Amino acid sequence: MAGGGGPPGGLLTPAVLPETAAVYWRPRVDDARLRRIGRLWTLTTVAHVLPFVLAGAVLIWLEPLAAPVALVCLAHAWVIPELYASRGANVMRPARRGDARAESTALGLLGDLVGHAERDLHARTGVVVEPGRLGTWVVGESGALLVRSGGRRVDCWCIGVPDRDLPSADRIAHLLLALRTDEQGFATVANMAFSGARGRVRRRLTSQMRPALDVACGRDRTNGPGPSS
Amino acid sequence: MSRLIRMDRTGHSTLAEWRADDPAAVEAAVEAFRRELDLGYLAMVTTGPGKAEQVRELPVDADTVILRRPIAGG
Repeated sequence: MAGGGGPPGGLLTPAVLPETAAVYWRPRVDDARLRRIGRLWTLTTVAHVLPFVLAGAVLIWLEPLAAPVALVCLAHAWVIPELYASRGANVMRPARRGDARAESTALGLLGDLVGHAERDLHARTGVVVEPGRLGTWVVGESGALLVRSGGRRVDCWCIGVPDRDLPSADRIAHLLLALRTDEQGFATVANMAFSGARGRVRRRLTSQMRPALDVACGRDRTNGPGPSS
Repeated sequence: MSRLIRMDRTGHSTLAEWRADDPAAVEAAVEAFRRELDLGYLAMVTTGPGKAEQVRELPVDADTVILRRPIAGG
């Protein structure tokens, strides 16, 4: 017997995340789209860096006394990509912890959703590593990282539950359940904050979270480059 | 014993518990389930390792039905 008198075998709806209806204009994210977006991010980075590097080089070539100005140009070439990477890593920034009892209760539920290894990793890092078809995910409270291309590239996604009162583990459980329902839909609903080399994101993460990214990269490498490379 | 739980600010709350052979408990669970869906919650069941599905009717044979809020891009 089921509520609503529906057919016993028809309880499960097709695996499309309902939240995708709120972003109906967005094309559904798939491997090909991720590759295109990744290339665009790389081109954007080059477009930001190259003019400043060239300007710095030309300045020194024209007038060696302009070296300080050239250094400013080079600093811009370095800072701008770093700011982008920082923005990406910020999606994993942990929120303020609330009531300890609620956190503990939520942790129990999250623990039921993941295996022993992931539970241990979460206890150490505060995030959960989840394998997917698009790559390997690192799921945080208000965002997720998608490790792909054999662990070389990391996409940073900003996504969360618009309820600041939820405990940290519940926020992760929300994202984990959505991700497990429809991975492509999850990536479609999320806003990409950055896509680039793993090292650029890693050094901007808190030291506590870095092992989770390392684990995800290791798993993605083990699974092979796959279709996302 | 199956459980209907809602993720909320307390961590989670158990809204209903039932056994498939207890019609009264099932009916109470169905009512609680519909009430939460009307409030905007989404119901999820785990269907295997790393897999979950959204349900729109209470799956009486499920161990745990989890209610979550919709997510959104930040």
